[in-house]
Amino acid sequence: MSKNFLKPADATAIVKKSIKKRRAKDSRLKLYGRFAIGLATCFLLFLFYTIFEKGTPGFFQYYVTLDVNFDKERIDPKGDLSDNSLFSGDASKIVNEALFILIEPKGRKEKKEAKKIISSGKDVRIAKMVKQNPNLFGTITKVKFALDDDIDSFLRGYIKRETPENERRVNDNVIKFIDKLNAEGRISYDFSDYILSGSASGNPEMAGIKGAFVGSILTLFVCLLIAFPLGVATAIYLEEIAQKNKITEFIEVNINNLAAVPSVVFGIMGLAIFIGIFGMPRSIPLVGGMVLALMTLPTIIISSRAAIRAVPPSVRDAALGIGASKLQTIFHHVIPLAMPGMLTGTIIGMAQALGETAPLLMIGMVAFIVDVPNSVVDPGTVLPVQIFMWADFAERMFVQKTSAAIMVLLTFLISMNAFAIYLRKKLERRW
Amino acid sequence: MFNLYLLLGIILVSLLFYFFGVNKAKKLNLQNNKLHSLKHYYGFFALLYSLLPSLGVYFIVTIGDDILFANMIKSYIPTDIINSKDFNFTIALAQINNSVDGLIFGTPPAWVTNAANIWKSWIIKSHIITSILCIVTSLISGYLGHSKINHNFRSRNAVEKIVISLLAISSIIAILTTVGIIFSVAFESIRFFALIPIDEFLFGTVWNPQFEGAERAGSGQEGLSQYGSLPLFAGTFLISFIALCVSVPIGLYSAVYLSEYASKKERAFFKPLLEILAGVPTVVYGFFAALTVAPFLRNSGSLIGLDIASESAMAAGLVMGVMIIPFISSLSDDVINAVPQSLRDAGYGLGSTKSETILQIVIPAALPGVVASIILAVSRAIGETMIVVMAAGLAANLTGNPLEAVTTVTAQIVTILVGDQEFESAKTLSAFALALTLIIITLGLNFFALNVVKKYREQYE
Repeated sequence: MSKNFLKPADATAIVKKSIKKRRAKDSRLKLYGRFAIGLATCFLLFLFYTIFEKGTPGFFQYYVTLDVNFDKERIDPKGDLSDNSLFSGDASKIVNEALFILIEPKGRKEKKEAKKIISSGKDVRIAKMVKQNPNLFGTITKVKFALDDDIDSFLRGYIKRETPENERRVNDNVIKFIDKLNAEGRISYDFSDYILSGSASGNPEMAGIKGAFVGSILTLFVCLLIAFPLGVATAIYLEEIAQKNKITEFIEVNINNLAAVPSVVFGIMGLAIFIGIFGMPRSIPLVGGMVLALMTLPTIIISSRAAIRAVPPSVRDAALGIGASKLQTIFHHVIPLAMPGMLTGTIIGMAQALGETAPLLMIGMVAFIVDVPNSVVDPGTVLPVQIFMWADFAERMFVQKTSAAIMVLLTFLISMNAFAIYLRKKLERRW
Repeated sequence: MFNLYLLLGIILVSLLFYFFGVNKAKKLNLQNNKLHSLKHYYGFFALLYSLLPSLGVYFIVTIGDDILFANMIKSYIPTDIINSKDFNFTIALAQINNSVDGLIFGTPPAWVTNAANIWKSWIIKSHIITSILCIVTSLISGYLGHSKINHNFRSRNAVEKIVISLLAISSIIAILTTVGIIFSVAFESIRFFALIPIDEFLFGTVWNPQFEGAERAGSGQEGLSQYGSLPLFAGTFLISFIALCVSVPIGLYSAVYLSEYASKKERAFFKPLLEILAGVPTVVYGFFAALTVAPFLRNSGSLIGLDIASESAMAAGLVMGVMIIPFISSLSDDVINAVPQSLRDAGYGLGSTKSETILQIVIPAALPGVVASIILAVSRAIGETMIVVMAAGLAANLTGNPLEAVTTVTAQIVTILVGDQEFESAKTLSAFALALTLIIITLGLNFFALNVVKKYREQYE
């Protein structure tokens, strides 16, 4: 025996000496793993907490309640309740008068300052109210008006009383008025009328997500209409019909490459081809949906193929055995069985499309559009782009509205993903 | 634009032919009981025969008419304007189109209004012609299909042939998209490289694009435009590097824990939880980076006397790192899970502890997959747009300091192409050249990752 070999007793001694260290190493690795997961979870929680904390106030805003004298002659001078007549009327003045009764401003300067307390959408609100209910004419009714965003920020405490007057966006006179209104219990903090039903606006207190939301739905609708049939058809062709040859291999390489192309590049393609060559207009949900459809196509194809592959060959053999044709086998047996998997993939693809921003910026969905789009060829914007635009604005209130819009977006994304998971759990069969 | 009613009309006509087809089949069936296929196949045959040609006509005409009009309108632009030296057809076309859409700014020249009116009359004519053409096509081809039906006709085979070719055509869309991407980027890039030499673009160290309009206005900026993309790529890689510093350790340790230590329940809970990180829209991360992380970094930096830019590479990189954690953790987790149990058992059998087995046996066996997942994460980070647009800023600094503001390729593409662009200017074209390089890099990384897996994958069993 050479002395290079250890005696069993010595070996045991060495192992015993080092075992503690080795076990410590083992538990350290486990700890690192736990720590890593904990860190990632913390990031996630912190992200959601920040958005939630900033976003919840975005759903609320400050209002002032005024006794408005619905004088028919002045609000609706032509007496036909048409837009033209209502906007040529004196609605703003009447609201201002109602405000002046409460706070009694003295002189032109104070009156001018007092007028700015209420958001500029007051005449639109009066017009809307009398249109819905013409019986209001001749009455004196309590109406709630949104406050201007600076006043709102002041009431929330972002603009501090202690700041010297020339550095603050709300001056001493206005603060005096606000205190007066507050003392009379006229100011309330309520769920915002504008955040869900308003559209893009330069006035943060009147900005809302309705236009962007409708735009998102329209875009997603176009995207689904194009991507789902194309994706499923491609998956069926590649999995069930095509022979393995150079052409199908080339198609597969292309699909994999498309999955890796950065999303902004799809936007450039949309800009160059759909808008440049085909001459489609900018900013419309139709083009947005087409671009997103091409972007989500790889996701849908890949998951649909996996779903088709999971259907056992015995199902096909049985169908073919009793005389079904190849296509009958596919359409009557394979597709219905693969459908849950295909739908799951499609929903995940749609969720991806719903959150996508960069390609839509390229095709001009970033334009400032006040009207809610009525069809897929009306100019519009989408939620993520709206978030991007709002994030750029300086007003404090937009930060909260942005977070509120993010909360709406995340709610939709999470429910779509949850639905996908539910669908998979509920309908998927294991063979 | 698209005529929805016409589309519905075409579909309606084809549905009519479906019923005609079924009826004819029924009659034939009554005459001599021996039809080859089921009745509805005859209906489908007539439907497809009517629908497909007219749809083809519909799409060709709706897409083609603008291109045709653009060529036809040339003869309505006065020759003296065409011959003037600063004439640009694209701009003239845009003027006319704006006028057609009712977007009239100031008083356009008389020839623009004139051409716009002619264009409008063409639109009306083309609507009428398209409608007639589509409906007539659908009627004629539907009738042809209908008349093909007789008792010797094997309609199921015919329908299946058509359906299979439709499926094949839709699979070609993937190729068409790739071709579209390459063409849309390549053409403009070639034009860009005709203006700016390619070596100046690739190796220049100053990125300072100016609109030619500003140059022409004589603001003293003539010839100041510089298109050296090095600072952009440096910024891109700096941010990606910071992102990887965050995501690689967290992602890998998570993957190891999830696949080797975690119980089934823990795994089922934490894996989807980490994947949520990848599902959060990037614009949300951008907002988070710009409004929470960047001010936090700036404040904590000023506490210890560091001057951190309010739009720093650090903020964008950190947040991007969080975003790509799941790309690494999920993929690596799958790969580690795929390592056969026998390898682990062999390790335990030799007396190694769990961590020794993982670090010396499992990870080396899974290494190609792990490397591939990291490369894919890199390609993701390079192509990421919204976080950098919102948090990293637009200052093209050539710096390795993560506390300064940098810009990236994607951020520049977005700023150049969003909003109004000047036609044919080197600045607009430069975005396409940037996109081309971006595509080459990401596809190259992707290809590399796939090859790493293919080449070094151990075949077990």
